[in-house]
Amino acid sequence: MKWFAGAQSVLDPAGPQAGRIHGLFEVFLWVAIIVWVLTVGAMLIAFWKKHGGERHDDTTKRVVTACGVITVAVLLALLVASAVTGSAFATVPSNNVMNIEIRGHQWWWEVHYPDYIPHERVTTANEIHIPVGRPVRFKLTSDDVIHSFWAPNLSGKLDLFPNRVNEAWFEADRPGMWRGQCAEFCGLQHANMAFWVIAEPPDKFNEWIENQRKPGVMPSTPDQAHGQEVFLNGPCVVCHTIRGTNALASVGPDLTHLASRHTIAAGTLALDRGNLAGWVTDAQRIKPGNRMPPVNVPSKDLEPLLAYLESLK
Amino acid sequence: MKHVAAGLCVCAALLLVTGCKREQRQLRAEPAERATFAAAPESPIVPGGKVPVKVEVRNPYEGDAYAIAEGEKLFSSYNCGTCHAAHGGGGMGPPLTSKNLTYGSEPENIFDTIQKGRPKGMPAWGGRLPEYQIWQLVAYVRSLSGQEPMSATPGRSDDIEYKTKAQLK
Repeated sequence: MKWFAGAQSVLDPAGPQAGRIHGLFEVFLWVAIIVWVLTVGAMLIAFWKKHGGERHDDTTKRVVTACGVITVAVLLALLVASAVTGSAFATVPSNNVMNIEIRGHQWWWEVHYPDYIPHERVTTANEIHIPVGRPVRFKLTSDDVIHSFWAPNLSGKLDLFPNRVNEAWFEADRPGMWRGQCAEFCGLQHANMAFWVIAEPPDKFNEWIENQRKPGVMPSTPDQAHGQEVFLNGPCVVCHTIRGTNALASVGPDLTHLASRHTIAAGTLALDRGNLAGWVTDAQRIKPGNRMPPVNVPSKDLEPLLAYLESLK
Repeated sequence: MKHVAAGLCVCAALLLVTGCKREQRQLRAEPAERATFAAAPESPIVPGGKVPVKVEVRNPYEGDAYAIAEGEKLFSSYNCGTCHAAHGGGGMGPPLTSKNLTYGSEPENIFDTIQKGRPKGMPAWGGRLPEYQIWQLVAYVRSLSGQEPMSATPGRSDDIEYKTKAQLK
């Protein structure tokens, strides 16, 4: 059923878990279709065959008993199919696993790759890159309220709780870019709490992670240098980190490699200069209730600031 | 007859409910000029006989439950707790649960303290924080010493730490 699946759909599985869930869905769907057709058919036949009065003979009894037994058997079979699917990926594979830690915030996703020595630990936001064909173990927790991590093309849902770590894992078996979404109502901007999963061949993934491990790019033009100054002397530095500079706060997303991402504001807007300008100056108009305050930057500072942010590849 | 009377009572009660005013959440603060209230007296004691004129300043978020809750979030986000302790109980920095703060407890004094900083450790947040966030922090700090209306302050914190059995061991 790939024909109407978009970038976020259970109908276009891209990994073994989602594949099994999809298989289970098809079993349920076809069983339900057959049962529905038979039931409605039997009802129509009953309408057409106009018998006078009621019948209480052995044939009726036998048919009713047989239908009852078949119904229970079908339900049991579906239950077994569901349990088998659930247990098939309950245990995380132990070899060649990559770890990713995810922290849910109102309303964005903080993503860590902890498999590196501390000072090269990779932190990003709202965009999860994974290598194709390698299982990824997710440790999920929340900073504030309950969120739910759901990338339907790759796996089922799992909740993120404050003060608790949940574990999930999945694997992508082909390269691609899929959208995920918070699946537990978490406040005003729940609908705008999305992320992208980007599965890449191992060499491309390594290239990406090597770049992410580096500190933020130093400004190369006077414009960008001025922008960096604005960033470091203004309100931005109170909430954001750009590794390699004095900005080390962790209230908002890490911006070290902001320009390497596809979207801003947790999948709300595409990353381009116009959207970035709108977001910096008046984020509350775009995503009311989020924690980014309107920033009063004079226009002579805004353009350089944007130039600097766009240089953070 | 009794039923009719009971029904009327219920209807009257429901009518009263419509009188309740829902607090408006002001998500998009108006841009404001950066201000300080340096002329605001920090204590009633003044040298000489001349009592300075009291500055009339009102926190726009006074008695605003949403702003107080936001102030609490900001207080922890901006690490105020590192010096003043998690709920303002005091540590390296002075406790904020007192009605007599060192540099005055009126909204304008607390605003100045956050905006300009104070000697011996309090950093100046002016230019870093938008003015409305400072006012939210002022409302929260004043709520710690019971100077905000009870109706706007929570009975307990939203984020009481929850520990599993294993963590307690």
